[in-house]
Amino acid sequence: MKKALLALTALTGTTLALEITGAGATFPYPLYSKWAFHFEKETGNKVNYQAIGSGGGIRQITNRTVDFGASDAPLKPEELRKNNLIQFPTVIGAVVITYNVPEIGKTSLNLDGKAICDIYLGKIKKWNDPYLKQLNPNVNLPDRNIVVVHRSDGSGTTWIFTNWLTKVCPEWKEKVGFGTSVKWPTGVGGKGNEGVTNYVKRSQGGIGYVEYIYAKQNNLPMAKIKNREGVFVEPSLKTIQSAASYAKWDKSKDFYQILTDQPGKESYPIAGATFILLAKDQPERSKKATTFFKWAYEKGDKYAEELNYVPMPANVKKLIFEYWKEHGVAP
Amino acid sequence: MEIVSSTQEKLSTVKTKGVFFEVLVKFALGFWALFIGLLFPLLIALILFYESRLAIEKFGFIHFLTNANWDPVNEDFGALTMIVGTIISTFLAVSIATPISIGIAIFITELAPKWLKPIVSGAIELLAAIPSIIYGMWGFFVITPIMANKVEPWLQATFGNLPLVGALFSGVPTGVDVLTTSLVLSIMIIPFMASVVRDSFNMVPSIMKESAYGLGATQWEVIRQVVIPYTASGIAGGLILSTGRALGETMAVTFLAGNNPQIPKSLFDSFTTITVALANQFTEADTDIYLSSLYYLSMLLFLVSFVMLSIAKFMVLRLEKRWKV
Repeated sequence: MKKALLALTALTGTTLALEITGAGATFPYPLYSKWAFHFEKETGNKVNYQAIGSGGGIRQITNRTVDFGASDAPLKPEELRKNNLIQFPTVIGAVVITYNVPEIGKTSLNLDGKAICDIYLGKIKKWNDPYLKQLNPNVNLPDRNIVVVHRSDGSGTTWIFTNWLTKVCPEWKEKVGFGTSVKWPTGVGGKGNEGVTNYVKRSQGGIGYVEYIYAKQNNLPMAKIKNREGVFVEPSLKTIQSAASYAKWDKSKDFYQILTDQPGKESYPIAGATFILLAKDQPERSKKATTFFKWAYEKGDKYAEELNYVPMPANVKKLIFEYWKEHGVAP
Repeated sequence: MEIVSSTQEKLSTVKTKGVFFEVLVKFALGFWALFIGLLFPLLIALILFYESRLAIEKFGFIHFLTNANWDPVNEDFGALTMIVGTIISTFLAVSIATPISIGIAIFITELAPKWLKPIVSGAIELLAAIPSIIYGMWGFFVITPIMANKVEPWLQATFGNLPLVGALFSGVPTGVDVLTTSLVLSIMIIPFMASVVRDSFNMVPSIMKESAYGLGATQWEVIRQVVIPYTASGIAGGLILSTGRALGETMAVTFLAGNNPQIPKSLFDSFTTITVALANQFTEADTDIYLSSLYYLSMLLFLVSFVMLSIAKFMVLRLEKRWKV
């Protein structure tokens, strides 16, 4: 029976087009589906990606029900080993701070870790707080209450944002920590990027965090964030990719790398890559997945940039190809 | 009799087939009734119990029920905030919806002119057909700003300074809170309640109403002393149906509750319910204990629904006894 099944899969594998299934993170979903569309047009192979959330993606690949899983947060190498998985990053995204202060309009504010941390801890309550004024000497900040908005649903965006706060603010690390959802000390919750944005837009004095892509598409004001070199950088394709290229990607550590608070004068500090998980014990299925991602690394950058995702730097792509070979899943 | 016996002889073969078929249908229907009614819920309960065993082991029953902390980072989970949120929003929604639904039913069956009846009934039934996500979006984009900018500041200015009641209207009016959620929930359950109540009002025999009128009763007296007592169980049935709906409603509440795991101290506080916590956190629950706690929550919802519906059913029985002399 098993042999017959194997023969059948081998047969379909050679004679018919590939059908690749994946499931997981919602953040890269628009890009993966665009890639899948063009990949099918060029090669005839089908990719079926279900955006069921990172937690679901990890679970599905752990149970081997899909060819690849996708997660917004990297798994630690020991967790990967436990489930016999490998992982690599595909694209980079970032989290931006957006706000609604009618008096200053779309002026880009300067903010740093301490300011955002104190706002989200509920310690800075007014826009004209001396600390915010000191960061923005040229902006006339009004005497207005700050309305803190965060995500109400579990999400990779929250993971990246709170991870950064944990790194730059000891008090946050001690009191809250980081995760896909955390116990917020203050503020109101909105569902999804659109929930947070709608909330910020509606409340005068609102501040919230959303994905860079979403903010860009909706033309929201974005704050410049002070990075670890002390420079205020605005979120852009260039500054986000800078964070990824300064990061020390290590294939022996399965690319376990969190892109928040990276060195580099131009690096935007609240960035994060999104990851693909493959199973080592099903090389045939994993090879199908790497066929797709090899195509995506080689020809997919322009589609990524169209959608405001930041592609991986070339040197990291090379590392990923080597990593595949080492684990015997290269296409 | 003769005809019957002759046909019986003629169709003896068909008859045995018919009996066989009858038994088969009886068996199949019985099995499905048993399966859907008894085994299926039991199976769900068992699966929920199995999936939540990790959380049950770690937190226990009483502790999980009384712990108001929900902290995924430190993996400390308690269900108190969600259970309280579920009960408060359901209770408020049903209390708002009940008098309105009964009013609608009275209007349709007793007061409205004939040509208006089907229009109003149809409109109410249409409300029931709107998917709950639409209510959620509508609530979030339309109702929430109105509540935050107009209604809630007004409520606060009017009632905020009163003793005792004032505390209910304290806090910053954000629109994403207990009041808005209960209001939208009540609009969602009104059609269910109103149609059940209307149907039972329609079943009051006209002879009873007519004899009451004949004895000189006014319209109000007929409604109060004939129609409502006669249909007490129907009203209660609508109540139960809508309580069940309000308990399990997810999508609309997800948009409106704010999903803050805290016990609301005022009507303007954001809160969360069991279903909202599940919908918001299930997809990104990344640790085993986190997922298991969510399963534990859904098991509690199962129990809470069961208990609340039982209480409602019990109330119906008592109501029927008292009103149906």
